[in-house]
Amino acid sequence: MSEKVLSVQDITMQFGGVVAVNNLSLEVHQGEIVSLIGPNGAGKTTAFNVITGVYAPTSGAVTFGGKTIISNYPRGKMKKLYAGENNGVYKKILEPTPDKITKLGIARTFQNIRLFKELTVLENVLIAKHMRMKANIVTDTFLLNWKEEKKMKEDALELLRILDLYALKDEKSSALPYGKQRHLEIARALATEPSLLLLDEPAAGLNPQETDELTEFIRKVRDQFHLTVFMIEHHMNLVMDISDRIYVIDFGKMIANGTPNEIQNNQRVIDAYLGVAEDE
Amino acid sequence: MTEKKKTQLNLLFSVIALLICAGILYYVNHYTKPTYMLRTVLQLGAIYALVAVSMNLLNGFTGLFSLGQAGFMAVGAYTFAIFTIPAQSRPGVYYLYGVADWLANLQLPIWAGLVLAGLVAAILAALIGAPVLRLKSDYFAIATLGFAEIVRIIAGSSPMNRVTNGSLGLKMIPKFPNFYFPFIVVGICILIVCLLIRSSYGRSFKAIREDEIAAEAMGINLATHKQLSFIISSFFAGVGGALMGMYLGAITSTTFNITLTYNILLIVVIGGMGSVTGSILSAFLVIAGREWWLRFLDMETYIGAFQVPLLKNGFRMVVFSVILMLVVLFFRRGIMGMREFNWNFMLKRLEKKKTGGEGLE
Repeated sequence: MSEKVLSVQDITMQFGGVVAVNNLSLEVHQGEIVSLIGPNGAGKTTAFNVITGVYAPTSGAVTFGGKTIISNYPRGKMKKLYAGENNGVYKKILEPTPDKITKLGIARTFQNIRLFKELTVLENVLIAKHMRMKANIVTDTFLLNWKEEKKMKEDALELLRILDLYALKDEKSSALPYGKQRHLEIARALATEPSLLLLDEPAAGLNPQETDELTEFIRKVRDQFHLTVFMIEHHMNLVMDISDRIYVIDFGKMIANGTPNEIQNNQRVIDAYLGVAEDE
Repeated sequence: MTEKKKTQLNLLFSVIALLICAGILYYVNHYTKPTYMLRTVLQLGAIYALVAVSMNLLNGFTGLFSLGQAGFMAVGAYTFAIFTIPAQSRPGVYYLYGVADWLANLQLPIWAGLVLAGLVAAILAALIGAPVLRLKSDYFAIATLGFAEIVRIIAGSSPMNRVTNGSLGLKMIPKFPNFYFPFIVVGICILIVCLLIRSSYGRSFKAIREDEIAAEAMGINLATHKQLSFIISSFFAGVGGALMGMYLGAITSTTFNITLTYNILLIVVIGGMGSVTGSILSAFLVIAGREWWLRFLDMETYIGAFQVPLLKNGFRMVVFSVILMLVVLFFRRGIMGMREFNWNFMLKRLEKKKTGGEGLE
């Protein structure tokens, strides 16, 4: 099996007494497209938010490229409230902010599109390039790094060209059709030069044709940029079509994992999605 | 018309406009009486333009709603005054409390005083920035407002008597060496702000304004970038305050009360949050209105024997408040919105004329 890119170990995320994610462990390997599915409120987005540093987990660790990037154990008032069974297993505290995680090479998109609405398509992509910039604010203000700026702009335009957004480069991002906004969000994430791409419901709100386009788009992006993709999705056609492996969670707990075929025939997954008759 | 030609023409028009502005300044300087209102309006307008642009950098471009501008202006003005009042006139200024020993023979040149005023304001911003910038929206506004009041009160308090001259304030502050001085300083400062906004850092400020969560997910360190914007904005507010001190010649702590912040905010809102040219334009309009065109509202006026109702001292500010309300209600985006002024409308007209002419042939 190929190299592990992301490994989530026993992540528990509690908000007070509410357990949103419960002892979740999963692995994503180099070059795979892995999906995370589950009914509404299962804790998928919370898991994403833990991996990207938006929330610090109550307990557990996340390893990326062989390095532990996030780690925490129940402390303070969470000591009492902690519902998991990994008390004392994790002893390190590592709570980086989202920008640090992005810098390490994990880029993400959002469930509800979060583009910089008043700015143009090109500017949206350029902002994502800002992080890798070497110049400081003084040299940047006084145009002393014009070579670097020029390169940034060329790279951004090149990226837009590859992703068929070049013609729209001067449009305000909020003026784009919905499907294109989704593409732009992925393009913007790619501009941060990630090795792992996290997509949070990329097909939400898309019609069937746009969904097909997106499927192709994600494949193309993965192959062209040598990425690993980890995504949350509700759209079963897309998930079954594109995923190499699937993790299913319900009420914060993992209930199944395997290839699309295995998942489709898994009784627990069917129960979680369709519900179980109570009196039988 | 090609893109390149458009930018070239835009540049050409801008240069012409700047030359015309310079011509107006030259004319006003040489052919008007020193008491002429336009002189006041232009100089004060330029100072307000700088402060408004600095506030806009924070409020309009970074999306941090700060109400501390008057505080940083006070810091700048006091720093400038303390370090540049001529040594021989110090005993006269500090006649009541005496002057602190380390200050007695200190006198910096004007330019050094201006830079120092900005730097002290910036350092103060850096110090309070770390805790204050953790607050969001309204709370940030309240905290900065509180800071501005604290600065003002400390400057006017008795333990500072021998430095800031307490409640008596400072006078004999060096005046502008010539008529053009404020315009040159303001021009340079605004140019720097424009360059900053155009840069990659400026873009990330805008990203923070648009969506903090997305900006952070794109690798922008919120704390650092907010801090940078706060410090730079305060630097220019400090320089603006120093210019204000030069213009007035004398300052007391009440010069920089909360009304000043609101006046600047008024300018920024009317001009358009997130537009430098809007702020500049509205600074001159508002100052001209307040100091010149609307003066008649403050004077009791008689037409024959009939006294025009409402016109008496203070009515001007009522009208101003009404204007602000109207702007907020109906022109929420101000004169320019988030756009910058350009000549494209002129170019379009030119183009139309051209194609229209060809059509006739």
